[in-house]
Amino acid sequence: MKKFLTTVMCVFGLMSVAHAETFTFTAIPDEDESRLRARFDKVATYLSDKLGVDVRYVPVKSYAAAVTAFRNDQVQMAWFGGLSGVRARQLVAGSEAVAQGYEDQFFITYFIANAKTGLSASDDFPSGIKGKTFTFGSKGSTSGRLMPEFHIREKLSGSPDDVFKKVGFSGDHSRTIALVQSGAYEVGAVNFKVWGNEMKAGKIDPSKIKIIWKTPTYPDYQWSVRGDVGKKFGADFKAKVTKALLDMKDPDLLSSFPRKSFVPAANSDYKPILDVGKSIGLID
Amino acid sequence: MFVAIAVLGLFLADLEIIGADPWSEFGRMALGAVTPDFTATDRLFDAVLQTLAFAILGVAVANVFGFALALAFHYRFVRVGCAFIRAIHELFWALIFLQIFGLSPLTGILAIAIPYAGIIAKVYSEILEEADPAPARAAPSGSGAISIFLFARLPDAWVHFKHYSLYRLECGLRSSAVLGFVGLPTLGFHLDSAFKQGSYSEVSALLILFYIIIATMRYWVHKRLLPAYLIAAVIALPSGVSISMTNVVRFFTEDILPHPIRVAESIDGAVLEKLWDWIANLLITQAVPGAFNTIVLTMIALVGAGACALAMFPLISPKFFGKKGRTIGHVLLVVARSTPEYILAYVFLQLWGPSMAPAIVALSLHNGAIIGHLIGRHTESMATRSDSPKGLNLYGYEILPRVYPQFLAFLFYRWEVIMRETAILGILGIPTLGFYIDSAFADIRYDRALVLILLTAFLNIGVDALSRRIRYRLRLKTTLNHA
Repeated sequence: MKKFLTTVMCVFGLMSVAHAETFTFTAIPDEDESRLRARFDKVATYLSDKLGVDVRYVPVKSYAAAVTAFRNDQVQMAWFGGLSGVRARQLVAGSEAVAQGYEDQFFITYFIANAKTGLSASDDFPSGIKGKTFTFGSKGSTSGRLMPEFHIREKLSGSPDDVFKKVGFSGDHSRTIALVQSGAYEVGAVNFKVWGNEMKAGKIDPSKIKIIWKTPTYPDYQWSVRGDVGKKFGADFKAKVTKALLDMKDPDLLSSFPRKSFVPAANSDYKPILDVGKSIGLID
Repeated sequence: MFVAIAVLGLFLADLEIIGADPWSEFGRMALGAVTPDFTATDRLFDAVLQTLAFAILGVAVANVFGFALALAFHYRFVRVGCAFIRAIHELFWALIFLQIFGLSPLTGILAIAIPYAGIIAKVYSEILEEADPAPARAAPSGSGAISIFLFARLPDAWVHFKHYSLYRLECGLRSSAVLGFVGLPTLGFHLDSAFKQGSYSEVSALLILFYIIIATMRYWVHKRLLPAYLIAAVIALPSGVSISMTNVVRFFTEDILPHPIRVAESIDGAVLEKLWDWIANLLITQAVPGAFNTIVLTMIALVGAGACALAMFPLISPKFFGKKGRTIGHVLLVVARSTPEYILAYVFLQLWGPSMAPAIVALSLHNGAIIGHLIGRHTESMATRSDSPKGLNLYGYEILPRVYPQFLAFLFYRWEVIMRETAILGILGIPTLGFYIDSAFADIRYDRALVLILLTAFLNIGVDALSRRIRYRLRLKTTLNHA
């Protein structure tokens, strides 16, 4: 009994040791999760060199977990999607979007369909998807949930549950493509960057699956930093991190995201996302 | 009657299999199963270590508190409290603690320790109750209550405690692995990624490792090594994640308050009206459909598990098969019952798409294998006459009628477990209560999540009470070691 108690005490003891000197960050798990650590550990090393502090990447399993870690100060910075970033910054006063990918200024969602549906590409919203089975990506995704749901509600005037035969959440964009390609779902919504990636990797069979519609552009992924990093790491720390991100030029590092480069961002850039989130009831 | 309810349930359930091409996916899975790749996973050793660490610490803490609670089990509030904490599945506990403590080790330890303490308290108190009262009666009058307990009651119960703890550790390992699916750094974390990527060679390597850990338990779990394991477990856990009290306080004083109250300046009529809308909306759009699907799925799976158990127990029974045949049967049953139903359901979901069918098959197989194993073992000690029939006649006319009461007892015992699992499978996309709970967590709406979790807890407590009454009415008794 005593031994057990001692052990329990040890656990609490170990955990109360705060590692204040380490700057930690995370990234939402939006695609190929294998080697996620290998990919982002490289980014951590880069930031550590530039900032002169210990930098660590913490892997998470869901978009919500990334937001929670940011909110609880278990990470001080995160690579968020549009929606997760808005949610996170709402919860942490003083936090700021500091940089976004070049492509994130005009992000797009593709509606994709299994070839057997007979649906074909069009410039107008494909109303023919009504009554089909449909899969989103993760429940908390901007490109895989928020924006497609917004357009579906607007164009088909009903909630996804009402207008589709069955609605699913694949979990991430790679899965969405796999599920629509296999026919498990007839139609799906996917992040255009991941589509391009998978196309390059040869995982897409154009005879089985195709793009049927492209959404208008919207702002998406961004790096967000907590407001209180200055207190822990020095007053100009936020500026230093921002500069390090914007200066990231190594194609190998940028391919972790994958982005062409990073450009400055501000909280106000994401006002459209907040408004859409409120309008479809995903943000209170 | 239960079969009738299940058949009715089949009509209400969504059973459509929509994988247009499930066989090519199944082919890839089968290929992966025979070509395990142990090098595919980053930090595989860490994952194994942490799966063990969370299980050992979680079960150890649960044992201490469960034992203490068992001693106080005659108090009604202790009984009710234990029923409540064990009615909430460890994955839901983990989701709650993730919000409070984040990825700190405390999340995993508490997620296992809390529900397990509730289960252990109940089982230990039953063991103590059923322990032979003779030694205590023989104690000289005037002996203190504590010495009677220590020297007369405890020794008899101790061996049962030991057996049960070992069984709990096995469950703990399963739970610990599954906690990885929501983000803890255990085997499930990598299993989830590997499944999502379709790297089935990696999946099979991870599962093989997991089976080895479970199958070799009796060789490495030893009383004298336990302190060493506990210390090793503490060291193995990830450090460097700090816990802040403000998060804990905020969770309880802000996050879980219903949204209309949280944002209100003061409580007045308008706020109460909004609160009513909030509750009604939650009930109509999520709680009621979720609860309905949970119950339908539970009833089908219960009968399915029964059918599986009856089909599977002869496979390991010496009354039906020789040694070689039984070995194959044992392997089948071990795989079916050591694979957490969450993972089984996950596999079938990949094949058949999201309907209730994968969940039914997973729950039936897993629970059927557990019950089948217990019944099969039970038949080992049964004596049959030398002129008794063989094969199907033996099965239908002799063995089955003789094991039937035992079988029903185990099946009803699993009822509550199946219901808890059913709710959890919602996280995979089957629209039981777990689906809505997972959505609420994904939307950072802890107020909704909490209401729905409470609802699942009450459903479980209800089923538990009902099953106890049925077992009592039918005078069914489960043996001690197999809770």
